[in-house]
Amino acid sequence: MRDRDHRNRHERTLVGLDPERVRAWLRQARYVAEEFYFGRYRSTIARARRDEEDLFMLLVFSEMMGVPNPATYYTLEVQPLLLERFHEWHLRMGMERSPLDHFRCC
Amino acid sequence: MSAIIVLLAGLGAMALGYFVYSKFIAEKIFQLDPDYRTPAHEMEDGVDYVPTNRFILWGHHFTSVAGAAPIVGPAIAVIWGWAPAFLWVILGTIFFAGVHDAGAIWASVRNKARSIGAVTGDVVGARARSLFMIVIFLVLLMVNAVFAVVIASLLVNNPSAVIPAWGAIVVALIIGQMIYRWRINLLTVSIIGVVALYALIGIGPNVPVELPASVAGLPPNSQWIILLFLYAGIASLLPVWILLQPRDYINGLQLFIGLGLVYAAVLLSNPTIVAPAYNADVPAGTPSLIPLLFVTIACGAISGFHGLVSSGTTSKQINRETDVRFVGYFGAIGEGCLALAAILATTAGLATLGEWREMYSAFGEGGVGAFVQGGATIVSNGTGLSEAIAVTLLTVMTVLFAGTTMDTGVRLQRYIMQEWGNIYNIPMLKSVPVSTVVAVGACVALAFGAGGTDGTGGMLLWPLFGTTNQLLAGLTLLVMTVIIVRLGRPMWFTLIPLAFLLTMTTFALLVQLRTFYEAGDWFLLTLDVIILVAAVLVLLECVGTLRKHFREARTAA
Repeated sequence: MRDRDHRNRHERTLVGLDPERVRAWLRQARYVAEEFYFGRYRSTIARARRDEEDLFMLLVFSEMMGVPNPATYYTLEVQPLLLERFHEWHLRMGMERSPLDHFRCC
Repeated sequence: MSAIIVLLAGLGAMALGYFVYSKFIAEKIFQLDPDYRTPAHEMEDGVDYVPTNRFILWGHHFTSVAGAAPIVGPAIAVIWGWAPAFLWVILGTIFFAGVHDAGAIWASVRNKARSIGAVTGDVVGARARSLFMIVIFLVLLMVNAVFAVVIASLLVNNPSAVIPAWGAIVVALIIGQMIYRWRINLLTVSIIGVVALYALIGIGPNVPVELPASVAGLPPNSQWIILLFLYAGIASLLPVWILLQPRDYINGLQLFIGLGLVYAAVLLSNPTIVAPAYNADVPAGTPSLIPLLFVTIACGAISGFHGLVSSGTTSKQINRETDVRFVGYFGAIGEGCLALAAILATTAGLATLGEWREMYSAFGEGGVGAFVQGGATIVSNGTGLSEAIAVTLLTVMTVLFAGTTMDTGVRLQRYIMQEWGNIYNIPMLKSVPVSTVVAVGACVALAFGAGGTDGTGGMLLWPLFGTTNQLLAGLTLLVMTVIIVRLGRPMWFTLIPLAFLLTMTTFALLVQLRTFYEAGDWFLLTLDVIILVAAVLVLLECVGTLRKHFREARTAA
């Protein structure tokens, strides 16, 4: 089996194109192109995304902070999912402890 | 003189600079340590601080620092003959720019990868830091104004480039959507983007676009300037992924393709340099070579702008400290190569000396126009492309470089405005629309005030831009010198460039002050005085700081 594979590959190499090599080369080219495209803006985009998520966080918890939000009934569902991010969020917003009485954090 | 000989001499000298001089600087002065834990590792967060392969990092660094400036400067400066421009570009790259760029990365890496402005605050003092901010603001103001004038005159003189130059923006917008919304493979997108751009360049000569001779009393140049700033203002407000990121990417590809094309064409066609080595017969009104040469060519010989890129972003991604030499010094060499290409295009691309003299009929004439014309002749002789397409190609390349610099420049200026709004508590200035309008307004006022409206006098601003850029480089060199003095290492390798730069910039400002006074150009005179004040402050800061450190060093000894 292995022998046949080897022979197959050998035959294809004779034509000049080893598919493995071409694939590896393409992978490398893709990596370089992606680094070149995304590398420079990685931080700008991560920051923009974080800002958007912070806003989302504020919407989800708005009712608890006294801001009326008609969608609270629905956002209540996502609260447990956001629990993990809650700590970082309130720190970023400049609050050392959880701002919500019934929503303890640290 | 054969262009190939000049080309090879230039490349050879820069290679020697990299293998010998940069090795000496890296090992003896900066003493780069492969085992030092760089901020990219120390503070790795996958966002800002990411250890990056040095070749990729060099690609980012080089494409961020290279723009239209290393083309415009040399294209103006060859009016004194090709040899002075050539020598300043080559020696400047080897002894000034390389050390400056690598040094800025090194200083930042050793200071938690903070920006050179912040490092200045720590090492020199708070006053120097404020000065830094003002000089950066002036540089941005001038770079935006001057590039708008450059693009406007290119578009007026080459109507064939209008469709591809603006079409490139549409291509960039589509690329951004393809990548983020439709999630198409980046390699496929790159090929589509490059093919689309070159297809537009191919169509360009068939559909030239000219603006009406007068709209509301404004000539075409002014109309373009206003349109450009309208665009830059809107572009600076868009999220980066929509326009700026894909535009930068296409520009990066374009930079390598364009540079490769010009060098290959020179090697294939071996044009003769028709311009004199030293032009003893300069047109009337041309200022003297010393000191003006050294501020006319800033980018390509030494540019303070690089320090901002080096310290803000590149330093956060340095994998091993020894990579500083390759990324910083070789980045400067890349820029030197671009300047060398501009010198060859403007001096060897024209058929006869008479034609060359006609092109360079006054100081500030020729310039990018000569680069496009000469470069197109060389490219079309070397590669067999039609002259019309070659002209469009080079115009589009220059317009794209200058345009992207404007996009980024207006954005940065808005940030500075907002920061000033915060510091001095001006609520108005903190808002994004207001700060953008103020930033764009200042640039438009400068472009119009400097005489760019009818496409004649706009380039008077160029040497002032170079001067401010050199002042910025001076401040960075001062920071490096102070760090080196504190470490007890020889300081001459940064102190001599620093002294040279400050002398030449101050001298140039005084010479220009007289020119503007005699011409009765009060607008530029005021600007010159403002920059002169900044220069004197930088000078005093340098003398004061270095004296303090010498005294400390002496008492310690």
